[in-house]
Amino acid sequence: MTANGWLQIALFFVVLLAVTKPLGVFMARVFAGEKTFLDPVLRPIERLLYRTTGIDEKYEMDWKEYAVSMLLFSAVSMLVLYLIERVQGLKWMPWNPQHFANVEAHLAFNTAASFTTNTNWQNYGGENTMSYFTQMAGLAYHNFVSAGVGLALAIAIIRGIARKESKTIGNFWVDVTRAMLWVLAPACLVIALIFVSQGTTQNLRPYDTAKLVNPQTISTTDSNGKTTTQTVTDQVIAQGPVASQEAIKILGTNGGGFVNANSAHPFENPNPLTNFMQIVMILSLGSGLTYTLGRMTGSQRHGWAVWAAMALLCLAGVTIIYAMEAHGNPLLHGIDQHASAMQPGGNMEGKEVRFGIANTALFATATTDASCGAVNGMHDSFTPLGGMIPMVNIMIGEVIFGGVGAGLYGIVVFIVLAVFIAGLMVGRTPEYLGKKIEAYDVKMAMLTVLIFCLIVLGLTAVSIVSPFGTGSISNPGPHGLSQILYAYTSMAGNNGSAFAGLNGNTPWYNVSGAFDMLFGRFFMVIPVLALAGNLARKKIVPESSGTFPVTTPLFTFLLISVILIVSALTFFPALSLGPILEHLLMHAGKVF
Amino acid sequence: MKKNLLISIWFTLATTVLLGIIYPLVVTGIAQVIFPKQANGSLIPQNGKLVGSHLIGQPFTAPGYFWSRPSAAGSGYDPTASSGSNLGPTNKALQDRVAASVQQLQPTNPNTPIPADLVTTSGSGLDPDISPASAEFQIPRVAKERGISEQEARAAVARHTKGRQFGFLGEARVNVLDLNLDLDAAHPMH
Repeated sequence: MTANGWLQIALFFVVLLAVTKPLGVFMARVFAGEKTFLDPVLRPIERLLYRTTGIDEKYEMDWKEYAVSMLLFSAVSMLVLYLIERVQGLKWMPWNPQHFANVEAHLAFNTAASFTTNTNWQNYGGENTMSYFTQMAGLAYHNFVSAGVGLALAIAIIRGIARKESKTIGNFWVDVTRAMLWVLAPACLVIALIFVSQGTTQNLRPYDTAKLVNPQTISTTDSNGKTTTQTVTDQVIAQGPVASQEAIKILGTNGGGFVNANSAHPFENPNPLTNFMQIVMILSLGSGLTYTLGRMTGSQRHGWAVWAAMALLCLAGVTIIYAMEAHGNPLLHGIDQHASAMQPGGNMEGKEVRFGIANTALFATATTDASCGAVNGMHDSFTPLGGMIPMVNIMIGEVIFGGVGAGLYGIVVFIVLAVFIAGLMVGRTPEYLGKKIEAYDVKMAMLTVLIFCLIVLGLTAVSIVSPFGTGSISNPGPHGLSQILYAYTSMAGNNGSAFAGLNGNTPWYNVSGAFDMLFGRFFMVIPVLALAGNLARKKIVPESSGTFPVTTPLFTFLLISVILIVSALTFFPALSLGPILEHLLMHAGKVF
Repeated sequence: MKKNLLISIWFTLATTVLLGIIYPLVVTGIAQVIFPKQANGSLIPQNGKLVGSHLIGQPFTAPGYFWSRPSAAGSGYDPTASSGSNLGPTNKALQDRVAASVQQLQPTNPNTPIPADLVTTSGSGLDPDISPASAEFQIPRVAKERGISEQEARAAVARHTKGRQFGFLGEARVNVLDLNLDLDAAHPMH
């Protein structure tokens, strides 16, 4: 570890703190329908959209109608994405200069589920599978939509906490429209252009062919043991409208790369500046939402108490990853892994020189604190414990700032549990910001926790004992279990990052993974909306001396403890057989 | 239910046009006018032919060139198949591959330890850079092959070394393709 590495990590926290209030205030205004500086441009577009689609912006929904609208929209838009993938290769389809074929059915299903649920798990490489049209109108479009839906859901649950004796929690269509038009699109337009200025590509042209400066002779041995030698003289440079997709991929915590290597690719993430911007952007909206929570519920100090819990968990994560990766791999001999002014050192397998160790550790932390899943280095090649932390971040529900919207409604679940446990300890009815927390609320909160662990551990268990599951493992030993566990954790958590050596493009992983993602999104969201609807109905009870305050460091500490205990009890046994065992064996000098 | 279903369909179509087509085309239009070089891949034309991109690494194996890092993208530095090796830390294949690279590199500069980045694959498989330490390690070999002094080679490396951005962001690095093109122009091989 270096002083300069820590300086960058410290700067990241400072910048994240600085953007929290402005973004939080802005979002609170947008969703309350108050005036913003963007109104002169966006109000006409919004009105036109409502008129053409038949939306009544004054109408309010109860939680069930809100949920149904969200499910219908997700189903329709997922179907459209599936169809686009299935016909992208037809002659009349636009913007397909490389003539990519239609996407196979099970891969198209997996991808449609993946992008609809904000997961962006990818069992394909974008630069050799998807046409520019599919990337723009199918995949990047869903980056806007799934983030917009997540934001709408977060606002709905904040309204549930803030409103009293109300049957309704807002209008889904208005919330999702305002999320996309006010919060996401304008920022992406500006950020995309900044990315282009730094080297991210943005064009619709066919791939270019360059003549290699030093032509290469490559020998390959086929399965019969026959060796063929060929001379490679050309390098085909993939192109495409990357920047416009990159901006929303990061800001919307989607994480689905335009190309296979994601944010490790120089065209997606050309230099340390774009990299730093991406890390901040991943957590910015989630961080801002804690301020929105405080503002809309009238308890700004509660918002900051939640923010503090998230920041502490984030710092713990990045510290462990940075320490592990900087320490390097003890199994590699004869090389210099010490950091200096001349080299990043450490475990450089799967990492880019321009980012080095500190920025890769920070990116890996941010992308899994949120349900983003973009990567600027390959998690599969991290050291065992360095790779375990991203997995743990997802297992605790991606509530460390979290995905756009998803982080906020995830943390509310843990807040309800924390308040409930505090109530049990002192023997009083638990309250949260004036709302009594009753059996129904705790049941809904527990339901989301249980559904998540059931699908993750269930599918991992099936895969690890089946040939169709273990056949996809690329790293033998305990790391193989880690690969499968990471995959289902990532998909159920709607993250999308991977231990990417696992071959996910098989019928089993495509189909089981698609259901993993769909359940992980919608079976979580429905109890959350039920909780929102139930909270909105309640009366406000005045605060008394027996009320457990949710604005103090004690609350922050309790919240962190509940998050860690719930996830540790659930996942520690599985982790001890995967990354923890691998760590011990690695230091004993064992290879597989 | 029926009303919301109809809204879903129209809303999907309308927002697809707005965010899936108009938005990326607007970005493309503006980018092509203001930043045409970057927007088209930072390509390097030379004597009427394309020799690569400043941002995309190339493989080098001739001893007179500075070598890039090993690559797991296709058969090596293939931008149509960007990828890391995804080898786990305890995978024997990783240990063996690194050992083979060490065996190849160490004799060309026996007394200097090999920097980690020079024998590991990058995340993209297209890393255009090596660390300054990795460039320094290769100077004796390149200078000897080209018949130039180590001083001249070191000066060339310095011309293509970028420090940390704004002095503190990221890591110092040397762009291998730019460096080798410069060497070919300034000190052609015989």
